[in-house]
Amino acid sequence: MNAIHHDGGVQRRDVLKTGLIATAGWWLTDRAAGATALPAAAGRAKSVIQIWMWGGPCHIDTFDPKPNAGYDYVGQLEKDIPTNVDGIRINENLPLLAKQADKFSVIRSMTHGNNAHETASYIVQTGRKAGDGQVYPCVGAVVSYFKGYGRGYKGLLPPYIVLTKPQGRFSEAGFLGNKYKPFATGGDPSSRTRFVVEGVVAEGLTPERQRARRDLMLGLDTLRAKRADDPEMVDLAKADEQAYDLILGDAGKVFDLSEEKDELRDRYGRTKFGQACLVARRLIERGVPYVTINYDGWDTHKQHFTAMRRMLPEMDKGFGTLLDDLHQRGLLDTTIVWWGGEFGRTPRVQWEPPWNGGRNHFGRVFCHVVAGGGFKGGRVVGATDDKGESVAARPVYPWDLIGTMYLLLGIDGKATLPHPQGRTVHVSPQPDEGYEGGGLLTEIV
Amino acid sequence: MIRAYRTNGWRWVAVAAMAVASAAQDPVFDGGPARPRNRIDQTVFGRLAELGIPLARDCSDAVFVRRVYLDVLGTLPTAKEAARFLDDPAPDKRARLIDELLARDEYADYWAMKWCDLLRVKAEFPVNLWPNGVQAYHRWIRESLKNNLPYDQFVRALLTTSGSNFRDPAVNFYRAAQGGEPMAVARQVALTLMGMRPDRMPAAQLAGLAAFFTKIGAKGTGEWKETIVFFDPAKTCTNPAVASQPVFPDGRPARISPGQDPRVVFADWLLAPDNPWFARAIVNRAWSWLFGRGIVHEPDDIRDDNPPSNPALLALLETEFRAAQYDLRQLFRRILNSQTYQFSPLPGGSHPQAAAQFAYYPMRRLEAEVLMDAICMVSGTQEEYQSPIPEPFTFVPKTIRSVQLADGSISSPFLEMFGRPPRDTGLESERSNRITADQRLHLLNSSHIRRKIEQGPPLVALYTLKDPEDAVSKAYLLILSRRPTDEERRRIRQHVAATGRGREAMIDVVWALLNSTEFLYRH
Repeated sequence: MNAIHHDGGVQRRDVLKTGLIATAGWWLTDRAAGATALPAAAGRAKSVIQIWMWGGPCHIDTFDPKPNAGYDYVGQLEKDIPTNVDGIRINENLPLLAKQADKFSVIRSMTHGNNAHETASYIVQTGRKAGDGQVYPCVGAVVSYFKGYGRGYKGLLPPYIVLTKPQGRFSEAGFLGNKYKPFATGGDPSSRTRFVVEGVVAEGLTPERQRARRDLMLGLDTLRAKRADDPEMVDLAKADEQAYDLILGDAGKVFDLSEEKDELRDRYGRTKFGQACLVARRLIERGVPYVTINYDGWDTHKQHFTAMRRMLPEMDKGFGTLLDDLHQRGLLDTTIVWWGGEFGRTPRVQWEPPWNGGRNHFGRVFCHVVAGGGFKGGRVVGATDDKGESVAARPVYPWDLIGTMYLLLGIDGKATLPHPQGRTVHVSPQPDEGYEGGGLLTEIV
Repeated sequence: MIRAYRTNGWRWVAVAAMAVASAAQDPVFDGGPARPRNRIDQTVFGRLAELGIPLARDCSDAVFVRRVYLDVLGTLPTAKEAARFLDDPAPDKRARLIDELLARDEYADYWAMKWCDLLRVKAEFPVNLWPNGVQAYHRWIRESLKNNLPYDQFVRALLTTSGSNFRDPAVNFYRAAQGGEPMAVARQVALTLMGMRPDRMPAAQLAGLAAFFTKIGAKGTGEWKETIVFFDPAKTCTNPAVASQPVFPDGRPARISPGQDPRVVFADWLLAPDNPWFARAIVNRAWSWLFGRGIVHEPDDIRDDNPPSNPALLALLETEFRAAQYDLRQLFRRILNSQTYQFSPLPGGSHPQAAAQFAYYPMRRLEAEVLMDAICMVSGTQEEYQSPIPEPFTFVPKTIRSVQLADGSISSPFLEMFGRPPRDTGLESERSNRITADQRLHLLNSSHIRRKIEQGPPLVALYTLKDPEDAVSKAYLLILSRRPTDEERRRIRQHVAATGRGREAMIDVVWALLNSTEFLYRH
């Protein structure tokens, strides 16, 4: 068993990493208290798997259990279980994750105070406050900007992929624009036949017919032939070439889960979420820098406890197996796994009609889980009061967490992003932007 | 120009070959030789001659009918409408079609969409007009276009209305400027109504403009999300970036008597006939909407050091627009009837300034909503839009076309992928019509589009026709608004023979036409 370190003694290196000096400056201003250099893990992470808990999962029913808070708080989910790290306990419906607490850290003191899905999603996924007139890109778009095309990434698969559907009405790319939007796969990875990724896999079309169709299309397209030198047509030809490399070339095989052993597919769970976790691993293996699994169903206003009993084991299987699988393959060290939603849920159960045992939105406190890519495992950051209603120690704001991820990814928080109106905008909030903060998560890197 | 090609020997050959090819009339895309038809053409042709830029020919009727439907209504002509126009022998049929289309309701639907992009009509973050406000505002914008409200009156309403965001919809102009803060309002006024980028304006100019908007009060009512916007003389502004006294953008200080609403004073200045910004901004925008680029390019970046490519053309449009009492339909009518608008998409020759001087009609990918509607029309299918937030859910009736969507917050993966603007900034460039690999994947190979092609009722009817030649004729008219050439028929026959199965081969043909440049691009 590993021991828990609440204080989180930060390993520091005396030598600054070249290329990250600007980050170091920011690091120093942020944590002025004695920090002298970058942590060893800075720049270690190559990719991110984000498990987006769409709707806002309840913190006290998952990674911040309050077994003694009473029935009005815990309802029918009163039991917690020990993990393989002394002192960390989580809900009893997460047994697989309980065996791997040494691989992840739990941040129990996440807070931003907003209770609206859209705004809260924006804050948590961009690390920016809403309402300053800017629409910032989310982490995936920023990573795609710094680690995607033109920055060393040459894969045919888009650098930012969403499994399976986009969140909608959340402008992932913000002012970075369309180019940095994620590719959403659509389809169902747990399908008994094939994971039909929209556009890449077309059921019932043989490669021969695909080729004959392409020949027909080009043969009939006289306008394209006549205007071949037009910049629009040059772009079209390029887009076609990339598209057909995925349709007819090898790159599309990443979505063919029949290449995986049945035993492993079973361990992930034959659910949409479980198989999406497996696809995420396959994408990361092929160098895709950012994968989001949009996992919906957590907005449990009604029949909360029934939903949790069904969904927590499913989540445990997918998430738990993903950590184990990444670890077995030596990928966890360079892959950040980031679990969390836009907020928590009201610790006090709404028993009254029409909710009849539901939980509402709760932006004051929620928890996130991080693993890999330079994040230490077996730690707990922050704490909540005995009913999970307020932050009792070490508040962590979304920008604290996201800033730490950027550090691990080697992305300079002080760097500027291209802005359509030519404004100077930085990757992370700068000291003069007036953000309150708990500081970067030095205790777990 | 010569020097540019000397270093690129192979391109020289390509250009020479093209110049020769363009001399011959293309049977599909070209009409007769170009000839000036109105003062717009005289101005454009004059500039082209001055710079030695070869002109394109007139476009063919088939190209024209498709183009003008897409540009005026945002829809394709039906097969019937296309055939009727192609078979009409009247020499003035283009002018008559323009008038007919400008009078149709879809004109208001389509242009309301454009205006809602600029005015940032969106229920949710970051604009937060809320669903009721969005519906009211969209309806008012659409009605204004439908009734051809003169543009100066439209802008006066935006600037000076007071009242409820539900009952006096124009007040949403202020609500859409984040929080109604004077600086945010000034930025929106400069960008949207004057075509200027606030970030390129001198700080003092913006500060003086913002001071006109410091007396806008807002208060809630008992109704959920209802806000009353009103003139509040007692209101004070604490933002140090806002000037203490209003100054017109031309540098003259405004004199405002006590009790006078400064918004009205500003509107009077902006809408005065000699105001140098007002007419210029809108005529340049309208031009860019029809040609894909402004006379000042970008169309919302008017400033001294970004000169128009043809100053006389811009001046002419301004004069005509004022003389026509700010009649937007008339502005469109003038441009649509010009030879410049009716140029072929095939350039008359290569010249580095041909695009900026409008020497041919430029190809542009259809906007997300227009493309979705075109695919739906051809396949006789519908899309379903809904919004899960905020509760209660919003379900948009299936009969609503994509261009009719009022709310920028209600979207779909398709619209997002194809660059529908999030309506966050009001910039023209927010809409992206750039083609990307994932768009191609979707069009070529997704189940979404395949289902429409394989199961859409009008297309299924084609697949069951006995005579394949008849099916090909109907497919061309339905999808490309024209009839196939002999060469095209020959290629299709070849494909059918190689495939063996008639239905599958015909599905391939429809698929190929839907994925062709002619279908996907304005041309």
